[in-house]
Amino acid sequence: MANLLEVDDLTKRFGGFVALENISLGVAQGDRVGLIGPNGSGKSTLVNCICGTLHNETGTVRFNGAPVDGLKTYERTRLGLARSFQLPRPFTSMNVKDNLCIPLIYTVDARAKSRLTQAELDARCGELLELVGLKDKAQKMPRDLTQVEMRKLELARAMAAEPKLLMADEAMAGLSHSEVTDIVSLLIRLNERGVTIIMIEHIMSAVMSFSQRLIVLVSGRKIADGAPQQVIQDPDVVRAYLGQ
Amino acid sequence: MRSSWFLLCAVAVGAAVFGLSRLIQSEYFFFAGYVVLQYIVLATAWNILGGYTGYVNFGSAAFFAIGAYASVAIHKTYPLPIPVLIVIGGVISGLVGLGTGYLTLRLRGAFFAIATLALAVVVQTLITNWDYVGGSRGAYILRPASAPLLGNYIEYLFLIMLALAVIAVATARAIETSRLGFGFATIRDDELAAEASGVPTLKLKLIATTLSGAFMGMAGAPLPYYVTYLDPASGFSLAYAVNSIAMPLVGGTTTWIGPLVGAILLGTIQQIATVTISSAVNLLIVGLILIAFVIIAPNGLVGLVQGWFAKKDA
Repeated sequence: MANLLEVDDLTKRFGGFVALENISLGVAQGDRVGLIGPNGSGKSTLVNCICGTLHNETGTVRFNGAPVDGLKTYERTRLGLARSFQLPRPFTSMNVKDNLCIPLIYTVDARAKSRLTQAELDARCGELLELVGLKDKAQKMPRDLTQVEMRKLELARAMAAEPKLLMADEAMAGLSHSEVTDIVSLLIRLNERGVTIIMIEHIMSAVMSFSQRLIVLVSGRKIADGAPQQVIQDPDVVRAYLGQ
Repeated sequence: MRSSWFLLCAVAVGAAVFGLSRLIQSEYFFFAGYVVLQYIVLATAWNILGGYTGYVNFGSAAFFAIGAYASVAIHKTYPLPIPVLIVIGGVISGLVGLGTGYLTLRLRGAFFAIATLALAVVVQTLITNWDYVGGSRGAYILRPASAPLLGNYIEYLFLIMLALAVIAVATARAIETSRLGFGFATIRDDELAAEASGVPTLKLKLIATTLSGAFMGMAGAPLPYYVTYLDPASGFSLAYAVNSIAMPLVGGTTTWIGPLVGAILLGTIQQIATVTISSAVNLLIVGLILIAFVIIAPNGLVGLVQGWFAKKDA
C-alpha cells in the first residue's frame, strides 16, 4: 500500500542556512511516528513545510498519493493534513466551543460542500470536548484555561478538522509527568480512531511509549529511521542527540 | 432570519430619526446630521476591515475621495441621480479596495497601515493632477434646483445618507453574526492558526478590503453635492482618515454597535464644537478623546459596558 505521507528529497534554506537537507520519509496510514532531534534540528521547519506554512525549495511532499506542493495551508488542511502548534495558538476572542467550530465550518463543511446545522455543530463540539476532557470548559475563554487544557484545546481543534494525518508539534513541552501521560493516552486514543499521527517531542518517555517508529533529525539531516528501541541505541543518534 | 429582522428594525429606527428630524424644522440640523451619518458609514466601513480582521487602514480618505471624485467625473460627463452615483462610487472604491488588498495583504500590522497611507498619497496626487475633475483648483458642482421626493435638497441628501448608514450598519451586523464574521475574527486572532484550521485567509481578507472600500466610496459619492465645491485638500482631508479610525476605537471595534456609537458621539461633539468653539478645534478634541480612551477603555465604550456587566455577574 502506498504511504499516506511521502516526503521526497526535501530541502529548505533560510538564506544561506540549510535548515533541512534532502529529507525523505514515508508514513503509512495508521502509523504512530515519533520525530525527535535536538533544538534547532529542523523538526518544526519540517512540519511547516509539510503543512504549507513554509515553502520548500526542492523536493516534493505527497499526501494521499497526490503532490501538495504549491497548495496553501488551508487547502492542505482540507485534504486532511492537520497540525497543532508548539505554543498553543487559540483564537483568543472566542470561547473554547467556538474555537472548535472554526475547523468544522471552514474545513469539514468546505470538504463536504454542505453545511452542518447548529445542532450538528453543537454535537460535534461536545464529542470533541468529551474526547479531550474539556467538556465542562466549553464556554470558557482560552485565557482562563490552564497550560495543559490549552494543549488539549489545540489538539481538539486540530482533530475537529477530521484529519487523516495529525502532526502534534511538542504538545507536551513544559507539562508535568501526569499531564504528559494524559496527552499521550489521548493521542493513542486518536490513533485508534484511524488517525495517523506524527509526534514531535523532546520528552523521551512520551516518545518511547507512543511511537511505533522513530525518526531522528540532526542539523537538518535525517540520521535514523526505524524501530524506537533500535534507533535509540544507534551510535550516531546517541552521539548527536543524547550526548556522550 | 435574524439579520432581516435586524434590517427591518434598523429601517424603522432610520425612519423615526428622519421623522423627528423633520419636526425640528432647522436646515442646519440636516447639514450637521448629514456629517454625523456620513461618519457612521465611514466608521462602520473601516471597522469591517480594521475591527473584524484587525488590519488597520490609514487610507480611508482615499477610498472616500475616490467615491466623491467618481461623482464629480460623472457629473461633468452626464449627471446621474445620487443613488446611482453611490452605487458607481461603491463599485469603483470596492475595486480599488480589492486591488489594494492583493498588493498589500502580505503585510501585517504597522506595515499594512503604512501601505494604506501611501495609497492615500498616491491617489491624492493622481486626482490633483487630473484636470477633468478640477485638479488642484477644485470642482464646482451646481445642484439641481430642487431635489426628487422632498424638494429640499439638504433633506434629500440627509435621507440618502441615512439610508446608506442603515444599510452599512445592517451589513456589518450581518457579517458579524455570520460564518464569514467568524472567519474574520480568526484572522484578527491568529492568522497562522486560522489557515491551519482551513480558513482561506487571503480570500476573506480580500472580501473585507473590498466591502470596506466599497462602503467608504459610497459614503463619499454624495459629497460633491453636499459641499458644492470639492478640491483635493478637502476630499482627502486628514479628518476622514483620523475619524474613521478614532470612532470605532472609541466605540469598540469588535461589534457593529461600536462604530455606530463612536460616530454619533464624536461626530456630534465635533459638530457642536464647530459652531460653539471653532472648526479647527475638531481634530484636537478627537485626539484628546482617543488618548483618554486608549488609557481608560482600550476596548472602547462597548468593552467598558461589557466589563461592567461581567463584574456584576462575577
